[in-house]
Amino acid sequence: MEKPFAITLDVGSSLANHTGSWRTKRPLYVDRLPPCNNACPAGENIQGWLFHAEAGNYEAAWRVLVQDNPMPAVMGRVCYHPCESSCNRGQFDEAVGINSVERFLGDEAIKQGWKFDAPPKASGKKVLIVGAGPSGLSAAYHLARLGHQVTIFEAGPFAGGMMRFGIPKYRLPREVLEAEIKRILDMGVVLKLNSRVDNILDSMKSAGFDAAFLAVGAHIGKRTFIPAGSAAKVLDAVGVLHSMEGEEKPMLGRRVVVYGGGNTAIDVARTAKRLGATEAIIVYRRTREKMPAHDFEVEEALQEGILIKWLSTIKQVSDAGALTIEKMALDDKGFPQPTGEFETLESDSLVLALGQDVDLSLLNGVPGLEIKDGVVQVSPALMTGYPGIFAGGDMVPSERTVTVAVGHGKKAARNIDAWLLGSSYEAAPKHELANYEKLNPWYYNDAPKTMRPMLETLRRQSTFDEVQGGLDESSAQFEARRCMSCGNCFECDNCYGVCPDNAVIKLGPGKRFEFNLDYCKGCGICVSECPCGAIKMVPEEV
Amino acid sequence: MPFQPVKFYQTGTFTVGNRLLAPEERTVQANMQRTNGLNSGHRACQGCGEALGARYAIDAAMRACNNQLVAANATGCLEVFSTPYPETSWQIPWIHSLFGNTAAVATGIAAALKVKGRREVRVVAQGGDGGTTDIGFGCLSGMFERNDDVLYICYDNEAYMNTGVQRSSATPPAARTATTMPVGVEPGNVFGQGKNVPQIAMAHNIPYVATATVADLHDLEYKVTKAMGMHGARYIHIFVPCPLGWGAASNDTIKLARLARETGLFAVYEAEHGEVTSVSKIRKRVPVEEYLKLQKRFVHLFGKTPATETIARIQAMADRNIRKFGLLEEEGV
Amino acid sequence: MLKQCEGSHAVASAVAMCRPEVICAYPISPQTHIVEGLGEMVKSGKLAPCEFINVESEFAAMSVAIGASAAGARSYTATASQGLLFMVEAVYNASGLGLPIVMTVANRAIGAPINIWNDHSDSMSQRDCGWIQLFAENNQEALDLHIQAFRLGEELSLPVMVCMDGFILTHAYERVDMPTQEQVDAYLPPFVPRQILDPAEPVSIGAMVGPEAFTEVRYLAHAKQMQALELIPQHAAEFQKIFGRDSGGLVRPYRCEDAETIVVALGSVLGTLKDTIDEMRDAGHKIGVLGIVSFRPFPLQAIREVLKDAKRVVVLEKSLAVGIGGIVSTDVRMALSGLHLHGYTVIAGLGGRAITKASLHKMLQQAMRDELEHVTFLDLDHNLVKRHLEREKQKRRSGPMAENILRDVGVVAARIA
Ligand SMILES: Cc1cc2nc3c(=O)[nH]c(=O)nc-3n(C[C@H](O)[C@H](O)[C@H](O)COP(=O)(O)OP(=O)(O)OC[C@H]3O[C@@H](n4cnc5c(N)ncnc54)[C@H](O)[C@@H]3O)c2cc1C
Ligand SMILES: Cc1ncc(C[n+]2csc(CCOP(=O)(O)OP(=O)(O)O)c2C)c(N)n1
Ligand code: SF4
Ligand SMILES: [Mg+2]
Repeated sequence: MEKPFAITLDVGSSLANHTGSWRTKRPLYVDRLPPCNNACPAGENIQGWLFHAEAGNYEAAWRVLVQDNPMPAVMGRVCYHPCESSCNRGQFDEAVGINSVERFLGDEAIKQGWKFDAPPKASGKKVLIVGAGPSGLSAAYHLARLGHQVTIFEAGPFAGGMMRFGIPKYRLPREVLEAEIKRILDMGVVLKLNSRVDNILDSMKSAGFDAAFLAVGAHIGKRTFIPAGSAAKVLDAVGVLHSMEGEEKPMLGRRVVVYGGGNTAIDVARTAKRLGATEAIIVYRRTREKMPAHDFEVEEALQEGILIKWLSTIKQVSDAGALTIEKMALDDKGFPQPTGEFETLESDSLVLALGQDVDLSLLNGVPGLEIKDGVVQVSPALMTGYPGIFAGGDMVPSERTVTVAVGHGKKAARNIDAWLLGSSYEAAPKHELANYEKLNPWYYNDAPKTMRPMLETLRRQSTFDEVQGGLDESSAQFEARRCMSCGNCFECDNCYGVCPDNAVIKLGPGKRFEFNLDYCKGCGICVSECPCGAIKMVPEEV
Repeated sequence: MPFQPVKFYQTGTFTVGNRLLAPEERTVQANMQRTNGLNSGHRACQGCGEALGARYAIDAAMRACNNQLVAANATGCLEVFSTPYPETSWQIPWIHSLFGNTAAVATGIAAALKVKGRREVRVVAQGGDGGTTDIGFGCLSGMFERNDDVLYICYDNEAYMNTGVQRSSATPPAARTATTMPVGVEPGNVFGQGKNVPQIAMAHNIPYVATATVADLHDLEYKVTKAMGMHGARYIHIFVPCPLGWGAASNDTIKLARLARETGLFAVYEAEHGEVTSVSKIRKRVPVEEYLKLQKRFVHLFGKTPATETIARIQAMADRNIRKFGLLEEEGV
Repeated sequence: MLKQCEGSHAVASAVAMCRPEVICAYPISPQTHIVEGLGEMVKSGKLAPCEFINVESEFAAMSVAIGASAAGARSYTATASQGLLFMVEAVYNASGLGLPIVMTVANRAIGAPINIWNDHSDSMSQRDCGWIQLFAENNQEALDLHIQAFRLGEELSLPVMVCMDGFILTHAYERVDMPTQEQVDAYLPPFVPRQILDPAEPVSIGAMVGPEAFTEVRYLAHAKQMQALELIPQHAAEFQKIFGRDSGGLVRPYRCEDAETIVVALGSVLGTLKDTIDEMRDAGHKIGVLGIVSFRPFPLQAIREVLKDAKRVVVLEKSLAVGIGGIVSTDVRMALSGLHLHGYTVIAGLGGRAITKASLHKMLQQAMRDELEHVTFLDLDHNLVKRHLEREKQKRRSGPMAENILRDVGVVAARIA
C-alpha cells in the first residue's frame, strides 16, 4: 500500500535499532557445579543423569551415570549418598532421592541387559589390580575403558570385597552384585580368584605388568583387650559376616551381644537376629547422637527388634558368657567416662565390631613406601611412594565407603593411564558451585520426597530378603523430576520467555539457548528468573 | 489458579516452558516460532514490564486468532517506545490515535470489520493505567456498556510513566511520584479510596474480566486465550512493574510482580458477567515490606524511623484483598 | 426527484445514499435530526450494511470514526458547537492520520453563555485542524456537498467537514432535488483506503514523529489541501454532469462583474445577501456578493480573481475572533495582498441573531460611503453595552475593601510603582 509518509510504518522495522548498545553488563550462560555432583565421592554427574531420567530416557541416564560409576545397582543400595545431604532441594523441602533413582537405573540396566560400550583400541599396556573390591573393580572398569589390559588378582573365592563379605545380603542381594561385576568382566577384564598376592613386585614382574593398583581393603578385625574366660565365645564382626558367604553359617547362639557403634556392628546384630537370635544387643560406649553408624541404619535395626545399650562398656566376659558392663557418662566434652556402676548381661556370644586394619604384607620389601596409621600414604594422584604402584579404597587414608572406593578406582585409573603415557592427569577445573542462593526456587513445584517401600518387619527378622525395595518407574521419574538441575540449564524456556527484548534465541531441544547481543539491553531478568542459576551477568568490556 | 499442574513436572507450569511438558501445555512464549508481536529493537527501558506484558498478551492473542489481530494503542510508554518514526516494533496491524480514546478507536475498528463481514479478524485495545483508568475511562466504559467486540488490555505500571512518573488513579498510597513527592505530612501519594477498574469493569457485567501479572505467564496466556475465545467487551488488567518509575532494579521486574501477588496487594482473578469465577491463590504469603523495600518509590517508608503506621495501612490493604478475594488456600472464594 | 423536506432529512438521505458503513452518533442540537434519521434507516435495515453506534461522547464519536475509517469503512458522524469542541483532539487526529471521515457540523454558537442557535464559531474554531471545510448555502447544497465530500475526502485521504447553518438550514423545510441512488453510485466509487488495518498487510499507523520529519509531514498535509483546490472545481464539474446541478466549487460570485463593493460571506446568509444585493443593484449600486464554499482549503487565488477590481470588500462573518475581529476577513485580506482597497469586517448573526435585509441595507450603504467602522458588529445594542461597560468601570475602581485600605496606606501603590 502507498502509505502516508512517516505516520505509517512497515511492521517489524525496529529490528534496525540495535538496542544492545545500551548494555553495560551482559548475561552469560554458565554451567555451575551442582552440590550433589560436588559431594559425590565417585564424582558422578548426578544432575546430568537425572536430566535424562526426568525425560524417561533411562538408558541415556544410565550411560551418563556409568561414565563415572560402573555399579549403579549396588550404589543405589549401599551408598550413604552424601549427594542427598548436600542436595539444594533439602533447603526447599526434602533432598531429591538420588540414591533411589540410581538404584532404579541400575536395576533397569540389569533387567534390560544394557552393556558397556566396547573398549576402544587396546593400548598394549598391562595393569595389575590387587583386590576385586569396589575400588579394584572400578579401577578395572575405567582402565578397560581407556584401552588397557587389566588383570585382577583376588585372594578370595568371589569378587566384590566387602560388598560381598561385609555388607549383608538383605541390603545387597548377591545377584545384583554379581550382575554388575559380570558386566565389568565382560569388557575383557581378567579376574583371577583365589589368587592372593603375597609380594606385589614379584607379581608385577611375573606377568610383565606396567603398573599396579592395590585395593586390598581393610579386613583384619580390630581387637580390644577384654579379660575373658577361655570358654567364652568372642568373635569379630568381619569374620562373622565373611562366614555368612560360606557353607557354614556362624553359630552365634540365642543371645548375641555386639560390641561397637559403627555400621558393621549394626549389620552383625541384624544378621544375628536373622540367624535366629532371640536377643541381639548392641553395647556402645556413647549415645545415639554420637554413634558413627548412620541413623537410618540404627532406626532400621531398632525396628527389627535389635536392642542397644547406650553408654556402656564391656569390662569382662565370663566363661559362661556373662558380660560385666560398666555404665558410662559423658563428660562436658562429650567423652564417655566410667561411672563405677556395673551390671551383668548374659550372652551366648560376643561379637567385636571395633573397626578393621589393613593387611599390608604384600608390600613387604617395596622401597619408598610410607605407611602411617596402618594405611598406605598416597599422592593426590593416588600413587604410592613406589612409581607405578597406585593404591586406593580402604587401604589408603580416607573415609571407608564403597563410594569412596569406587571414586578412588576411577581416579587411579585416570592417573595410571596418564602415567603409562608418560604424562600426568589434569582434572578439568571445577565449575563454580551452584549453591542454593544462586537458584530461584520459586519456580519449583512443591513435591515431597518419594519413600522407598520397606519389607515388613516380620520378614526382616527371619529372612535375608532385601529390606528396602526399589521405586517403580513412575515414582523414579517423579523423584528424578524433583531435581532442580542446580547450575545447569534444563531448558525450561524461562530466559527465552522473560526477556522484554526477545534477545534470547532458542536453539531447539537439547541445544539450549543463545543471547542475541544485538538487542540484549542487559536488564538481567533472565539471570534473576533462571530457576537453576545457569546464567550470570558479567561486565561488558569497554 | 486456573492452571494446576496435572502431573508433576519439576517446575510444572511455573516456568515459561519445560521440555517435559507436552507442547500444548507449554506457553506461547516457549514456542520457537512465537510471533513476537512486539519485536526487538523497541526502546523500552531495561527490564520494562510493560514491554514484556505486551508481548505476552499480544502473542497469546495472535495465537488465539491465528494472527488475525488488529490493535489500537493509547499514547504512553508502550506506544512511544514501540513506534518512533521510522521504526515500529509491531508485527500486527496497529494504530495509535490518542491518549484517551483507545477503547473507542477499537470499537470503530470492530464495527468496520463487522460491516465488512470479517468475523475472523479480532480487535484488541491496549493502554497504560493512565490511558485506561483516567483519561480513557469514559471511552472504556462506553465500550463496555455497549458490549463492543473488543478485548481491552490495560498495562498497569501504577503511574504516568511516559511523561516522567506522575501519579495516576492507579498509583498506590504512599508511593512517590513526580507529583506526589515524599514530603509534608503525608509523604508520597495520598491514601485515597482507590479506583479498581477491574471491579468497575465487572460492574458493567461484561462477558469477561481478568487480572494478571507478568510473573505468571501461564495464567496470563490462559486468560488472554479465554478472552479471545469470547465475543463482546472483555477486559484484562495486567500488572507490569516499571523499573524506572518504581526505582527498582531492572532485573527485579518479575520478582516484583510476583511479590505484588504474594503479598495480596494485587489480587489475581477472573470474572464472567460480573461474577468472580476463579482466584489465583497466594502460594507463599509474604508481608508487604518485602515488596515495598525493593522500590525506591517507597524508600521514605524505611528511613531511620520506619513509617510503621503507613506500612501497617498498606498491609491492611493487602489483608483486605486477601479477605475479599479469598486469596489464601484455606479460605473459600 | 423534487422533495419538500427538512434540511436534516435531506442530508440524512444524501449521506445514506453515499453508503456509509459506520455512523457514530451523539446528540447535540441542531445536528440531532440528521443522525436520528440515519439511525432509523440503519435499524430498519434500509441502510445496510452499516453499523450505527450510539457513543458516549463526541470525543468517542470521532474516535470510533477514526478506528472505523482506519479499518477501511466509510465513516460518518455529525456534531455542533460544544460537541465539536469536545472532540477537538480527535478531530486533529483524524486529519493527521489522513482518514477520510465526513462530518456534518450543524453550525452553532459556542458557550459560555450556552446558546443553541446558529453562528459559525464552532467550525471556525477548527479552521486549522487540517480538515477540508465546505460551507453550504442552502439545503440543496448541503445535500450535494455531502456527496462531494465523500468523493473528495477519499480521493485525498483527508477528512471533510460539511458546515451547514444550524436551525436555519437543518430545521428548515425546503424543496430539494433528491438524487437517485444510481446517480450517487455513478459519482461516488466504493471506498478504497490509502492505508488500512488488515492482518493481510500489517502496518503501524500513527507513529511518533520527531523534528526530523514533522515539518515534512505537516507540509504534506498542506500540499494535500492545495491539491484539493484543483480537485474541488473538477468534482463540481463532474457532479454537474451526473446530477445536472451546479453545486459546490471553491467560490460562488454573484453579480460581481463590475462591482465596486463586494460582500464576502459563507453559508445561508448568502441567500439574504443576494436578495439585498438584487435590491441595491436595482437601485443602481455596483455591488455584488462572493460566497465562499471551500473555507479550507482557502481559495486565495479564486477570491483575488473576483475581488481584485473592486473598490471595497465587506466581509460579513458569523464568527468573532475575540481581540481582533474577523476570522474570514483575515484570510480574505491575505488574498488581497498588495491590492489597495477598503476592507470592512462585519460581525453578524452571532448566537442566532437574525440578519435582516434592513440591517444589511443600512450597513452596506455606510460601507459604500466608506463610513463603516473597520470592525462592525451588526445590530449591536450600543446603549446596552455602553451601560454595562460604565457600570463595570465603576465597580472595578471601587475594588475590594481590604485592598483599598492598603492602597490608602501606600503599600500596594508602592508595589505597583
Ligand atoms: C559390614 C560392613 C558393611 C559396610 N557397609 C557399607 C555400606 O553400606 N556402604 C558403604 O559405602 N560402605 C560400607 N562398608 C565399607 C565398604 O564396604 C568398604 O569401604 C569398601 O568395600 C572398601 O573397598 P575396597 O575395594 O577398598 O576394599 P574391599 O571391599 O575390602 O576389597 C578388597 C579385596 O581385596 C582382596 N584382597 C585383600 N588382600 C589381597 C591380596 N593380598 N591379594 C589379593 N586380593 C586381596 C579381598 O579379598 C577383597 O576382595 C561396609 C563395610 C563393612 C565391613
Ligand atoms: C490528552 C493528553 N493528555 C496528556 C498527554 C500526555 N501523556 C502522554 S503519555 C502520558 C502518560 C501515560 O501513562 P500511562 O497511560 O499510565 O502509560 P505508561 O506510560 O505509564 O505506560 C501522558 C500523561 C497526552 N498525550 N494526551
Ligand atoms: S518508563 Fe517504565 S513503562 Fe516506560 S518504558 Fe521505561 S520501564 Fe517501561
Ligand atoms: Mg502507567
